[in-house]
Amino acid sequence: MAEGMLTFSPDDRYNAFLRTVSPARYGEGRLRGIPVAIKDNISTAGIETTCGSRILSGYVPPYDATVVSLLKKEGAAIVGKTNMDEFGMGSTTENSAFGPTKNPRDETRVPGGSSGGSAAAVAAGLVPLALGTDTGGSIRCPAAFCGIVGLKPTYGRVSRYGLVAYANSLEQIGPMAADVAHANLLMSVIAGHDPKDSTSLDAPYSHTPSMEIRGTRIGIPEEFFGEGVDPRVASVVWDAISLLERKGAEIITCRMPSMAYALAAYYVTCMSEASSNLARYDGVRYGPPADVRKPWHEAFQERRREGFGLEVRRRIMIGTFALSSGYYGKYYAKAQAARRNVREDFGRLFAEVDVIAGPTMPTVAFRFGEKSDPLAMYLSDILTVPANLAGVPAISVPCGKVEGLPVGLQIMGRWMEDERVIDVAYAYEQGANP
Amino acid sequence: MITEKDVEHIGMLADIAILRGELEEFTASFNRILEYFDILDQVTGEEKDGGAAVNVLREDEVVPSLSPQDVLSNAKETEDGFFRAPRVM
Amino acid sequence: MNVIVGLEIHCQLDTKTKLFCGCSTDYRTDGPNTHVCPVCLGLPGSLPVLNRKAVEYALRVAKALHCTVPEESVFSRKNYFYPDLNKGFQITQYDKPLAVSGYLDIEGDEGEKRVRITRVHMEEDPGRLVHKGGADRPRYSLVDYNRAGIPLIEIVTEPDLRSPREARRFLNKLRATLEYLGVFDSEKEGSLRVDANISIEGSERVEIKNITSYKGVEKALTFEVTRQKNALRRGQKIVRETRHFVEARGVTTSARSKEMEQDYRYFPEPDLCPLRVADWVDGIVLPELPDARRQRFMDQYGLSLIHARTLTGDLRLAEFYEKVAGTDPALAATWVADTLLGELNYRDMSISSVPPDVFSGLLSLVRARVITDRNGVDVLRVLLDELKEKGTCESPEACAERLGLRALPADSAGGDDPVTKAAREALAENPRAVEDYRNGRKEALNFLVGQVMRKTRGCAKPADVNRVLASLLGEGA
Ligand SMILES: [Zn+2]
Repeated sequence: MAEGMLTFSPDDRYNAFLRTVSPARYGEGRLRGIPVAIKDNISTAGIETTCGSRILSGYVPPYDATVVSLLKKEGAAIVGKTNMDEFGMGSTTENSAFGPTKNPRDETRVPGGSSGGSAAAVAAGLVPLALGTDTGGSIRCPAAFCGIVGLKPTYGRVSRYGLVAYANSLEQIGPMAADVAHANLLMSVIAGHDPKDSTSLDAPYSHTPSMEIRGTRIGIPEEFFGEGVDPRVASVVWDAISLLERKGAEIITCRMPSMAYALAAYYVTCMSEASSNLARYDGVRYGPPADVRKPWHEAFQERRREGFGLEVRRRIMIGTFALSSGYYGKYYAKAQAARRNVREDFGRLFAEVDVIAGPTMPTVAFRFGEKSDPLAMYLSDILTVPANLAGVPAISVPCGKVEGLPVGLQIMGRWMEDERVIDVAYAYEQGANP
Repeated sequence: MITEKDVEHIGMLADIAILRGELEEFTASFNRILEYFDILDQVTGEEKDGGAAVNVLREDEVVPSLSPQDVLSNAKETEDGFFRAPRVM
Repeated sequence: MNVIVGLEIHCQLDTKTKLFCGCSTDYRTDGPNTHVCPVCLGLPGSLPVLNRKAVEYALRVAKALHCTVPEESVFSRKNYFYPDLNKGFQITQYDKPLAVSGYLDIEGDEGEKRVRITRVHMEEDPGRLVHKGGADRPRYSLVDYNRAGIPLIEIVTEPDLRSPREARRFLNKLRATLEYLGVFDSEKEGSLRVDANISIEGSERVEIKNITSYKGVEKALTFEVTRQKNALRRGQKIVRETRHFVEARGVTTSARSKEMEQDYRYFPEPDLCPLRVADWVDGIVLPELPDARRQRFMDQYGLSLIHARTLTGDLRLAEFYEKVAGTDPALAATWVADTLLGELNYRDMSISSVPPDVFSGLLSLVRARVITDRNGVDVLRVLLDELKEKGTCESPEACAERLGLRALPADSAGGDDPVTKAAREALAENPRAVEDYRNGRKEALNFLVGQVMRKTRGCAKPADVNRVLASLLGEGA
């Protein structure tokens, strides 16, 4: 196999990368020599993987995530690991232990999160392709804020093996790129069945985007244009939907009542799962060590206080509370019931429409420090979490600007219809930029 | 209403130390967040739901384990092939 | 004061690989942390994939214990912090176990008894801790994750056992059953661990944790019965608590009451799919189990109930017996059950260290009267000592020959064979006994037989001695 080395020295003034690899090795294949950036919660053999957390600083995985192996098999050059909110917990990348990433469209604003580093790297033209992960919007939010394309695939379509878990039942690795065709290409490389992931689906992705959407029924839930959505953003998104209508799609307004509690269900679920997932960082096998001279619990409590940032500790504690005896029924069990209702809402809607569209984010990119209240930050995820709760595919594609800042059009599809979601996004993109 | 005492207890349950100065902020944010979660009280129906897949199994075939260097390379405290951990007794 | 005992038994399933990864389970002779991978080391990003064989083995157990297998079972996370836990939680089954509501029949204190099984579920073994340091040095723990992820089944009984002895019998029967099923190897160190709940009727229940040997269960329970009864006699109350069994001292000691406050925050493991295996169970064909084999041994070999029960109480023993039963099953049963087992026990040896062909050889010598019963036992002892020391031994013939234990001939025409010679000497040396015998005191013959056996160092066959003596005494009449 012919191999080469790629020198990678980006002008990273946005702090998109936590570390870069140069020269980066590459091989033969569909991605021969193409630099690809990897979010830092995806394991890369021999390259430090920290999830934006001090508790993993110095951790060098002895194995590649399945998606990384697939990239290498297609010849890609893994050129660096991108910044993120610590363990994916945030929507701004301000929660990284290694400093925030700046939005290349406006350096006074956040790039969104938690895959903010990957989005900024693509938006700044440092790499053409990047991997992000999306637990409740973490690919789509920064894609929208930075004006690029990001796809959260159907749950199970891309292997999670090697993705450092934050909320296992919700998250997916997905492609981020400047346009739909590139996102589609990256998706075709990373999707497919992986026997190392029990939740992996046997559904390879091999698709050529089509801009033919005549007859496609697009559902517009009222709730996606409700309270909290910036009217200027809503207006830009409606323009995009009108364009799709002109291309032959049928627009159908609808309702999604479970939106009332979807966000609460999402946060209870991800915090509960996180409280368990993050219990392994005890400093025994990897990461900065616990003080072996102290008794176990004392050393462990100290280790975790020092190693985790404020937001991570907050989520671990609330998740612990939500699972604890006496509260499981009120929080975790209810969240799962709510989640089923969300799924059923989607099922009912998808009997009548082919895709659902709306804004990706209720607003444009925030200024740094704007969302200092945690709950206010959570509320900004309201439009992206339903797709994660239901496990359906969703994409964000740039659809215009408000005061010079990008707005994302979100398109959600039926379970396993990632291809259709790509097609509608492609049709919009091609129609808007003829 | 969650009190600072409750938060300290949750910290114990979660094995996370809380600094004195952090207690107030944690208590305030827990209350706001948990109050928001109360909306779940109106949800009816069963907890149960899940993906379609069942019985995802692998065959009982040995796969090579990690090399000893790879196993211990990320640990700072090791001794004769063991990891070193704080005492439990 | 009635004793009430319930058991929770953890057994390692004898699969080739771990429960959720492909690491080999054959770790006992290797160094620490040599059988680990990203999954069983709990590295960030690793994911569990369930071992089909482990599920099949657990279902065999469920079926053998007459359990119901619910339509769906799920794995859950049991969250607690301990350095032997690779992930900060253990993957186990909680509210939806693999199997429920079964039973196992045992030989109880008052005859045949049915012990109800509450549930059977699957889980992963944690790693192993070694405690270091001490009074003069800081203390810390060493961790080895080779054991982490070994498949376990937990079998929980109803509180149906009424004495420490019954508890031991239950365990023996369960062990035999698991071994007959081919899912468990009791000879592997640490392959079985038991938690026992014990109470005196009307009092609080005490849990004894982590008893690691079969004998330990009876010892720990016996200690606890005495402790609790004494306390009650002194008018004290039994506190509901967890206690640890200190094997070396044979006592239980109170564990910190902190364990009672544990909140494990169980929730369904999101990285694994549910199991729907109720219809697998129908397809499972169970091998012959201990009760069936016991009946067959009685029917096929004509054994007594006692011999049949002993010989089928352990799979290796039963298989050994069938290999050596040969042409004389009754003789083989006596020799295996009454002689061999005792000699093995005395030497702390296992039946698997005895080559069946060696033992068969010995039985043939005894059966053909090439050696006497008494010398047969001596040969067996020598052979077992050799086996214990070197793992191999000489042939029974060679051993008998070397020790001069072959039975002596007694049928030469001229009367110069060693038995006749010894008999003549004995008669000549004991005229008094000869006279007693002739005067009708038949027991004098026994004395003379003993004298001949002594002179022949036990190598004369008792029947020969009797015949020769009778003939010599008759001649003189
Ligand atoms: Zn392993």
